[in-house]
Amino acid sequence: MIETRGLRKSFRSRAGRDKKTVDAVRGVDLNVAEGEIFGFLGPNGAGKTTTLRMLATLIEPDGGAATIAGADLLRQPAEVRRRIGYVAQGGSTWDESTAREELVLHARMYGIRKADAHRRAERALAAFQLTEYADRKCKTYSGGQRRRVDIALGIIHEPRIVFLDEPTSGLDPQSRAHMWDEIRRLRSEGMTVFITTHYLDEADALCDRIAIMDHGEVVAEGTPAELKREISGEVVVVGLDAAATPDAAQLLDSEPYVNKLETVDGGGLRLHVDEGATAIPQILRRIDHAGLALSSIELHRPSLDDVFLTKTGRSLRES
Amino acid sequence: MKLARETWLIFQRQTQLLLRNPVWVVVGVFQPVMYLLLFAPLLKPALNAPTQAEAYKVFVPGVLVLLAIFGGLFQGFGLIAELRAGIIERSRVTPVSRLALLLGRSMRDVVSLLVQAVIITLLALLFDLRVFIGDLLLAYLMLALIALMTSAVSYGVALKVKSEDALAPLMNTVAQPVLLLSGILLPLTFAPGWLQGVAVWNPFSWAVDGTRALFAGDLGNDKVWQGLAIIAVLAAAGVGWAARQFARSVR
Repeated sequence: MIETRGLRKSFRSRAGRDKKTVDAVRGVDLNVAEGEIFGFLGPNGAGKTTTLRMLATLIEPDGGAATIAGADLLRQPAEVRRRIGYVAQGGSTWDESTAREELVLHARMYGIRKADAHRRAERALAAFQLTEYADRKCKTYSGGQRRRVDIALGIIHEPRIVFLDEPTSGLDPQSRAHMWDEIRRLRSEGMTVFITTHYLDEADALCDRIAIMDHGEVVAEGTPAELKREISGEVVVVGLDAAATPDAAQLLDSEPYVNKLETVDGGGLRLHVDEGATAIPQILRRIDHAGLALSSIELHRPSLDDVFLTKTGRSLRES
Repeated sequence: MKLARETWLIFQRQTQLLLRNPVWVVVGVFQPVMYLLLFAPLLKPALNAPTQAEAYKVFVPGVLVLLAIFGGLFQGFGLIAELRAGIIERSRVTPVSRLALLLGRSMRDVVSLLVQAVIITLLALLFDLRVFIGDLLLAYLMLALIALMTSAVSYGVALKVKSEDALAPLMNTVAQPVLLLSGILLPLTFAPGWLQGVAVWNPFSWAVDGTRALFAGDLGNDKVWQGLAIIAVLAAAGVGWAARQFARSVR
């Protein structure tokens, strides 16, 4: 549905007298299949939005090529516009107009006739549970309502692909969960959804496939499960008091299933194992045998943050 | 056909939003009305005009051109607000013509300018100004072209600078010398030779002369077609340039 090859973009920035060229996107290759929720995960400034804006024909790439819903990005930008929807991060509604007015206008900007535009607006308002507020000014809406209007605008012309730039940033947990449901609904209607996010849990829970982006490059691509599987093994955290820790360390270090052992400051151990489910009973048995007192035991499965850490050397939470 | 339909769509929307806040008419007309009431009475003695009506024939066209220039140049502020709200970005992902995005807005500005011009003209009639309707309509065409040009340029600049803080001083810096060099307040026939020499290069000076000739009923005056031609060419150039900014603008 989306195929890009070596998509590039750099910006000239001027800080005082120094002119610098910033390579915002340095050669992005992507394949997004029809009907999937594809996520672009990365810290702020990784080049996610720039890539998205290139794909939505808002900025011209410096190099590379892309085909979007069968249309060539560089040669047929008008055709691409007809086939996609795009929802910007910062909102797209005017304080003084109502959701219904915005929806009708937006539909008509796609060349949809007036009567049809009104029907579509009505349908979209119902689908996004906005009917009640349809004729109130946008400035009276809550953040979540306003975001739903933005998305309704993005899909009013029934595009085959919709790009959502950080659709849940700034929303409270409840609105966020609601938004995830809306996005899944779009997929169930056959739309391909391309989102950017810097939330790990969002990429993990919502996306069928993700690409991790850092410094303008895609550093990993796959399903969340595949990516996590690449990070070998799991971590068992054993809670012990400080006195018992050295004994337990000595005891477990020689066990064949322990790949690596770290002591935790203030007592406790972190054991890197291939598979937590088989290691935990054995660990418990050894500790019990030695008569040591165990306060807790936890299994840490690798998260997307661990994937990010392995690929970039930084934690996404810190960057 | 597509362009006309899309321009009309944008124009309708912009006008609808404008009418929701009709204070604009009062605010826009306030300054020229003040000039008309508080400044114009000085003109009869100052210009040595035989009657007050003669003085108005010189002054009212100037005030109307002033209104067209300033009304247009400051439209960019509204666009920056739209830019910030994401309206422009949202429009740019649709297949709507970029020229329509500009023209729809500029047409609204032209229409609102003409409404204001009619109000000023009607007020001036109370002060014994008399002008032929045909000449007046041609003068309104001149005003429409001026407003089209200045509003387009203002939109183009707004898309380039993207901030009110930069737009305000920029527009003021441009508007002041343009205003003083156009003979709007007093005819440049009073100006020393060097000042007249500079003013020849100010297109608005031609526009003011042409409009004055029309108000004087002097349709055959060369200044009329010259002024119209100069402003028409500049309006076309301004619209072309500004439409390119709509196509290209980043964020």
